[in-house]
Amino acid sequence: MNDPLRLYDVELGSRLLVGTAQYPSPAILAEALAASRAEIVTVSLRREAGGGRAGQSFWGLIRSLGMRVLPNTAGCRTVKEAVTTAQMARELFGTNWIKLEVIGDEDLLAPDVFGLVEAARILCDEGFAVFPYTTDDLKVAEKLLDAGCKVLMPWGAPIGSGRGLNNVFALRAMRARFPDTPLVIDAGIGAPSQAAQAFELGYDAVLLNTAIARAGDPVAMAKAFAAACEAGRAAFLAQPIEPRDMAAPSTPVIGQAFS
Amino acid sequence: MRIRVIGAGAAGLTAAYELVSRARAAGRDLAIEIVEKSDGPGKGCSFFAGGMIAPWCEAESTEPIVAGLGAEALEFWTREVPLAERRGSVVVALERDRGELVQFSRRTSRFVTVDRAGLAALEPDLAENFSTALYFEEEAHLEPRSALAALAEKLAAEPNVTLRYGVDAETLPDNWDWLLDCRGYAAKPKLSGLRGVKGEMMIVRSRDVRLARPVRMLHPRHPVYVVPRADGTFMVGATMIENEERARVTARSIVELVNSAFAIHPAFGEAEVVETGSDVRPSFWDNLPRIVRDGRRLFLNGLYRHGFLLSPALASRAARIVLEDGYFPEVMDENRGQWGDARREVV
Repeated sequence: MNDPLRLYDVELGSRLLVGTAQYPSPAILAEALAASRAEIVTVSLRREAGGGRAGQSFWGLIRSLGMRVLPNTAGCRTVKEAVTTAQMARELFGTNWIKLEVIGDEDLLAPDVFGLVEAARILCDEGFAVFPYTTDDLKVAEKLLDAGCKVLMPWGAPIGSGRGLNNVFALRAMRARFPDTPLVIDAGIGAPSQAAQAFELGYDAVLLNTAIARAGDPVAMAKAFAAACEAGRAAFLAQPIEPRDMAAPSTPVIGQAFS
Repeated sequence: MRIRVIGAGAAGLTAAYELVSRARAAGRDLAIEIVEKSDGPGKGCSFFAGGMIAPWCEAESTEPIVAGLGAEALEFWTREVPLAERRGSVVVALERDRGELVQFSRRTSRFVTVDRAGLAALEPDLAENFSTALYFEEEAHLEPRSALAALAEKLAAEPNVTLRYGVDAETLPDNWDWLLDCRGYAAKPKLSGLRGVKGEMMIVRSRDVRLARPVRMLHPRHPVYVVPRADGTFMVGATMIENEERARVTARSIVELVNSAFAIHPAFGEAEVVETGSDVRPSFWDNLPRIVRDGRRLFLNGLYRHGFLLSPALASRAARIVLEDGYFPEVMDENRGQWGDARREVV
């Protein structure tokens, strides 16, 4: 089935985006990423950077995977911090793609949507292709698009919580409001069924890390997610039936002979 | 037979010990020279280690071979060279992180679950804060600095062992029959695929908390362990960051360590900070240890965060390679997994 995903004019065969944190080892990370069939990998810079270029060994490994790198600003709490991190990422990885996180609430790692919009505007003006990690708030989404974002990444649930899609109603509304913008569920996915659900709602892609990295067997879980994403997307394209309040028998009862 | 061991950390000293004792048992004549760049034993990353001999806890996030090799360390550090105390270890989680404890218990073995009363019997100071815990009865812990000093002393007493501190092995002539390179991260230029994983730790002193054994607190963001040491001190560790900065303890890491220790027991908030430290753990891409053989030169490396847990297993194998021409694919196979190619590309 030819059903490519387009993000900032790049065509992609896979609709699963994955992270690189918390794996038992870089070797298992590499194997899991291959099993996920993902084409985009997101990498955090803030902490690994250390003083100068101390993170080179790990980043060299990420580059060697041959995947498209989506650097992120995970852990940034101010606009300035996020913008600086994005600029450093562009230099290090030679890409203008940036997954923009500006964290507001410490406990839930919820986005600071005000800082997010401001940082998105600055980075879009500087020529970045911004992938904003946002909430399901429609007005914020609109402002992000105004700022120049061409992709939106609403959360399913707080980062690493594995709670799935917390507010299906809001996510449905978002899909309906922005029918032409690529929408990626970023964060909160814990199980493959939840990823499939995101696709069934019409979401274009799913980004996740912890659900694979912290699974008992990350490689097997990566495979499971790859299958679930494909199943969910195929189901969406196949147009699922709407739920009904009344039972409808699978076998017709009208027109059958009396017995 | 002349053997040079480079590095007097956990890897080098255990290897020298195994060589001495196995050669003696086999009636073989060896002359062992241990060469260390710094001015004493255990001054590399061993200096900052937790010293937990906890193979079953480690199984939570490592490949099965780590627990297998690590079990050999219990024998080594409690019987062969009895420097560890075998009092088990305790794993706890805050009430809201109960899921972490459930997940940990599913992925580990050889523990018992204890309730508040059971915990009070083991660690009275924890029972107020935690209503349940996992108790790994068979595990042990040691104090890395005094343990390596004691091991070095034991070796120095052997007539066929010479310890040379403050000497750079690179300046010495190659007059050995076997060379065991146990330098850890310092061997990076010679070992493809070796990287450093930064770790930060601190030592605090508190008279208000007493612990008999290491305590691990699970946490979604900042898991931490506290290991009781002599004189009312506790080692609190350790961060794990994918960079190769050796000596720079960040404020944020200290905040995380202190916060987590504080959650284990509030008295840690009033503890005296005795020391903070950081170094990098020498690691291969699969975070598994290796003996890399190049003729009569062996590299014992990649012990990652398991210096004391895995060095005895590597040491006994290295000694058997030297003395019996042994071969141990579990730590010598260079092409484990599909990682081989990518590793070569990086270096």
